[in-house]
Amino acid sequence: MSLMAMTACELGEKIKSKEISVREAVTASLDAIEERDKDLNCFVTVTAGKALSDADEVQKKIDAGELTGPLAGVPVAIKDNMCTKGVLTTCSSKILSNFVPTYTSFAVEQLEAAGAVMVGKTNMDEFAMGSTTETSYYGITKNPWDTTRVPGGSSGGSAAAVAAEEVPYALGSDTGGSIRQPAGFCGVTGIKPTYGRVSRYGLIAYGSSLDQIGPIAKDVRDTAAVLDIISRYDSKDSTSYANAAEDFSSALTGDVAGLRIGIPTDYLAEGVDPDVRNAILAAAEEFKAKGATVSEFALGMVEYAIPAYYIIASAEASSNLERFDGVKYGYRTAEYRDLHNMYKKTRSEGFGAEVKRRIMLGSFVLSSGYYDAYYVKALKTKALIKKAFDDAFEKYDVILGPVAPTTALKQGESLSDPIKMYLGDIYTVSVNLAGLPGISIPCGSDSAGLPIGLQLLGQTFHEKDILRAAYAYQKDHKYARPAFLSKDGKEGA
Amino acid sequence: MQITDETIEYVGILAKLELTDAEKEQAKQDMSKMLDYVGKLNELDTDNVPAMSHAFPVSNVFREDEVTNADDRENLLSNAPESKNGCYKVPKTFD
Amino acid sequence: MSKTYETVIGLEVHVELNTKTKIFCGCSTAFGGDVNTHTCPVCTGMPGSLPVLNKAVVEKAMAVGIATNCKITQNCKFDRKNYFYPDNPQNYQISQLYYPICRDGYVEIEVDGRKKQVRIHEIHMEEDAGKLVHDPVTDSSLVDFNRSGVPLIEIVSEPDMRSAEEVIAYLDKLRLIIQYLGASDCKLNEGSMRADVNLSVREVGASEFGTRTEMKNLNSFKAIARAIENEKERQIDLIESGEQVVQETRRWDDTKEYSYAMRSKEDAQDYRYFPDPDLVPIIIGDDWLADVKKRQPELRDEKRIRYKEEYDIPEYDIDIITNSKRMADIFEAAIAEGAAPKKVSNWLMVETMRLMKETDTEADDLAFDAKHLAKLIDMVDKKEINGTVAKEVFEEIFKNNAEPAAYVEAHGLKTVNDTGALTETIEKIVAANPKSVEDYKSGKEKAIGFLVGQTMKEMKGKADPGEVNRILKEILSK
Repeated sequence: MSLMAMTACELGEKIKSKEISVREAVTASLDAIEERDKDLNCFVTVTAGKALSDADEVQKKIDAGELTGPLAGVPVAIKDNMCTKGVLTTCSSKILSNFVPTYTSFAVEQLEAAGAVMVGKTNMDEFAMGSTTETSYYGITKNPWDTTRVPGGSSGGSAAAVAAEEVPYALGSDTGGSIRQPAGFCGVTGIKPTYGRVSRYGLIAYGSSLDQIGPIAKDVRDTAAVLDIISRYDSKDSTSYANAAEDFSSALTGDVAGLRIGIPTDYLAEGVDPDVRNAILAAAEEFKAKGATVSEFALGMVEYAIPAYYIIASAEASSNLERFDGVKYGYRTAEYRDLHNMYKKTRSEGFGAEVKRRIMLGSFVLSSGYYDAYYVKALKTKALIKKAFDDAFEKYDVILGPVAPTTALKQGESLSDPIKMYLGDIYTVSVNLAGLPGISIPCGSDSAGLPIGLQLLGQTFHEKDILRAAYAYQKDHKYARPAFLSKDGKEGA
Repeated sequence: MQITDETIEYVGILAKLELTDAEKEQAKQDMSKMLDYVGKLNELDTDNVPAMSHAFPVSNVFREDEVTNADDRENLLSNAPESKNGCYKVPKTFD
Repeated sequence: MSKTYETVIGLEVHVELNTKTKIFCGCSTAFGGDVNTHTCPVCTGMPGSLPVLNKAVVEKAMAVGIATNCKITQNCKFDRKNYFYPDNPQNYQISQLYYPICRDGYVEIEVDGRKKQVRIHEIHMEEDAGKLVHDPVTDSSLVDFNRSGVPLIEIVSEPDMRSAEEVIAYLDKLRLIIQYLGASDCKLNEGSMRADVNLSVREVGASEFGTRTEMKNLNSFKAIARAIENEKERQIDLIESGEQVVQETRRWDDTKEYSYAMRSKEDAQDYRYFPDPDLVPIIIGDDWLADVKKRQPELRDEKRIRYKEEYDIPEYDIDIITNSKRMADIFEAAIAEGAAPKKVSNWLMVETMRLMKETDTEADDLAFDAKHLAKLIDMVDKKEINGTVAKEVFEEIFKNNAEPAAYVEAHGLKTVNDTGALTETIEKIVAANPKSVEDYKSGKEKAIGFLVGQTMKEMKGKADPGEVNRILKEILSK
C-alpha cells in the first residue's frame, strides 16, 4: 500500500512502530507532489529541503521518546494564508508574492510541536475570497476527480492535495465554507471548528469575525486527531476560547443511539441537485438505522445568510486588506508619482479582480450614509440567524444537510457571475455567521461520479457531537479515491 | 441600486484602488447587482434586534502591562520594499 | 468692525497614558529607544497579527473618567477608524466611536475669579501612530513605529469655551487631574498631551454656531493662545468680507504664526468606523468600577481643602504647591519625614521657585528627594548649619539631589558651636577693627553688622549669626 494512500493516523502508527521512517514518509509525500502537482497545482510553495531536514529532527525526537503523539513524523500541507516563519506566505496573491513572515501561526506551531513535518503551502482563492480556487495569482488548482473541474475553495489546494494523496492531511481555513465545500468537492473530510476553538494568530485575515482554521483529511479520525493538537487557548488571540483544548478523539465511539438529528427542509428545497438531495436523504436513513432520531424542520433565515455574509465579510476584508500598501512588506509598484499614487498602483496591480470587487463593496457598505442600511442591517440579520440556530439546537443535537447545492463545477463556470458563485455557499455561510462548528464528509457520488458532501452542524463548542455522528456514518463507508489514483498502479489496500 | 461614476470614484479613493475605465464600468455593474441582491435584507424587520458584532460570548480579554517583546527590528524590516537607517522608507509625506 | 463676535471653542485633547507597554502588544513604550526597536508584528501591522488589550489602559481611562465626573460605559467596545497613512501601519487605527469608555462629564475652571463648567462629551481609548521623519538626502519619508500602539485617551469637550484663557484653564485643569491620577505626565511640549482646537465664531447673541475649523499641531500654551487669536481673526475676516468659513482641518505653524488647510483631495475623511472584530467587548461591572473608584488618589481640589485645614498655610502657597503634582508630592513627603509644613512650604515657595526660574526647570521636573529637604530643615532647626549655609546646601540638593548631612560633612560646613573658639575669633575681629568698635560705641548700632560679617567671614560661614551677635554685644559692652 502506498504510504500516501494511508490516513494520517495510520502513517503515524507505522512511524511510531518504526516500520517506516519520518524521512520515508516525507519523501513519499514530496515524490507524490513532484509527480502529480504539475497537473493539479495544489501547492504554491513546496519546502522539500526544509521538510527533509525537519524530518530528521523529528525522527531524533521520536527515537528519543520525546514525541509520542499520533501525528509525529506525518507530513502536512498548510494553506498559504497561515504565516510560516522563513517560508514564503502569499495568500495566493501577487501583493504578497515576496512575503516571508517572521513568525509562525499558532496552529502551525502546535502541529510542529507535535512532530508534524510541513511539506509546503497550498494554493487557495486569493485572500480566501472565492469558492473555486480559480482566483489565485499562481494559477488554478484542479479537482483530482476530474481535472476539468474546480476543487472548490477557498482551501482548494489543501483539499485537492489530500484527495490526490500528495499529503495525508492539510490545514485549511473557513470563512464561509472554505474548508467544508472543497472537502465536499474533493471527497475528503474537513471540519470548521467553533469560532474561537483554534487561534487565528498568524492566519492572514479575510473576515475576522468569521475566519477559523481547521483540518482537511481522509477521514473523521484524522480530523479529530488534528483538532486534539491545534485546539488550544492562545493568549495572543483575544477571541481564543479559554477551554479550547478537548479530547476530540474520545467522541469517536461509533454510537449515535439517541442522537437527535434535524434536517432543515430549507436545505433540501429548490436549487439542490437531485443527486445531492437523494444522497443526503439516504444518509439520514442510515442515521435512523443506527438509532438516531431524525426529523425534518424549518430552520428559517436561510435565504438571508448570503446577503448578510457578503456584507460582513466584504466590510471586514476591506479593512483587513488595507495594510497591504507597499510600505512594510509585499509588492510595491515599480513607478509612482507620490504616496497616494504608490498606494493606488501597488494595490491595483497587487490584488486580483475578485479581491478588488469585495474591497470596493466592503468600503461602500461602511461608507458614510450607508453603514446603518447595510452593515448594521447585516449584523442584525446575523443575530437573527444565530437565534434560528439556537432555537434549532433546543430540539436537535446535530443538524444534517448538504455542503453545497451541487457537486464540483466546471472551471470558469461561476467566475462570470459572482452572485451565482456566492449562491453556492448557501449552506455553509450561516454556520460562520453563527460561529458554529460544521463538518463535511463524503456521502457517495453523483451520476458523473463526483463526490457529494454531507454536512453536520453542531452547537457552539460541541464539535464532539458532529465528530461522533460523522464517525459513526463513515466507519461503515469505504473511503473512495479519485479514479486516476486507482488506475495508475498505486492502488490502496 | 444605481451606482454612479462618482460613487465608484469615491469608493476608489476610500479603498485606494485605481481602476481602469473598463474596470470601473464592471465595478459599477457588479456593485449595483450586489446591492440589489443584498437589499433582500430589507424584507426583515430588525427594529428590535441588537446588532451582533461578536457571535462569540466572551468579554474582558486582557494582557497584563508587562514588556514581553524584545527588539526584532532587523527581522521585521527584512520584508520592507525599501528601508533606510532602520526605518521603513516611503514617498515624501507631508504631515 | 461694526459687529461684535464671540468665539466658540471645543477641544479634543489627546493624552498619552504612561503604561509600561503599548495598548495592544507587549512592546515597551519607553522613550529614547533607537528607531523601530520597540516594535513587533502587532504594532507594525504584520499580516496575521492580532491585538490584545492592555488592562492598565482601561483602568487609567476609567480613572480619568471618574475624576472628570463622567459616566463610565459599562459595555464598551473598540472600533476601527480606516484611513491610509504611512505612520498608521494597519491603515486603520483602533479607536472607539460607538461605545467610548466615558461620557457626559465636566470639569470646573476658573478664569479671572469666575467659575465655569466645561462639559466633557466623551473620553475614548485609542492607539497612537508612528513617526514620520523627512529624509532630505533621498527626499522621502522614513517611518519609525516605536510610538505606534502607544495608548492614548482622547478627551472631547463640548463647545463650552469662549476664550484662549478658558482653553488654557481647561487644559491646565485636565493636566493636573491626570497628573494627580498618575496616568500621564501631560507634557504639551513633548507630545504626551496634545490639543486640537475646534473653533467657530458667531455674532454675539446668535443662537446657532458658525462653521468650525479644527486646528492641529499646538505644542504649547503660547501656541494655543496665538492660534486661537489668529483663527478667530481669520474667520471674522472671511465673514466680514462676505465669504464662507470652510469646515476643515488646519495645521498651525507657530514659527510663522500662520495656519494652513491640511487635507488633500486624496483624503475623503470618511473613516468607515465599524466594531473591531479582533477585540471583544469590555464589560465594566459595578465591582470593577467600585474598585477603581476606591483606588482613586486625592486630587488637587481635595488637597487644597486639606492643606488649608491641616497645615494652615496661605492659600497662595497652596495654589503654587498643588499646581504640580510633583511639588505636592515633595511637600507631603517632606512633612511625612517630620518637617514642619510651614517650613517646607517656605523652602518650596522661596528657594525652590528661585532655582526653578534660574535653571528654567518646570515644577514637574523637580528631581530632588523630599527627605533631603526634610533633613535640611532638621539641620537648620538643630542649628547644625546656619541659614546661609542652608541655602548653599539646598542648591546642591536642588541641582544634584545631594544628601545634606553628607554634603555638609564633606565640605566642613557645620556650624561651630564651641563658644570658646567663637569668642576668640570675635576678640580678634574687635581688636582689628577699632573704627567700627568706636562707631558702635558712639551709637551707630549698624556698625555691629560689619563686625558680624567679618566674624562670619573668618569662620567661613560656619557660625550661628545669632550667637555671634550675642557674644559681640557682650564683648563690646565690657
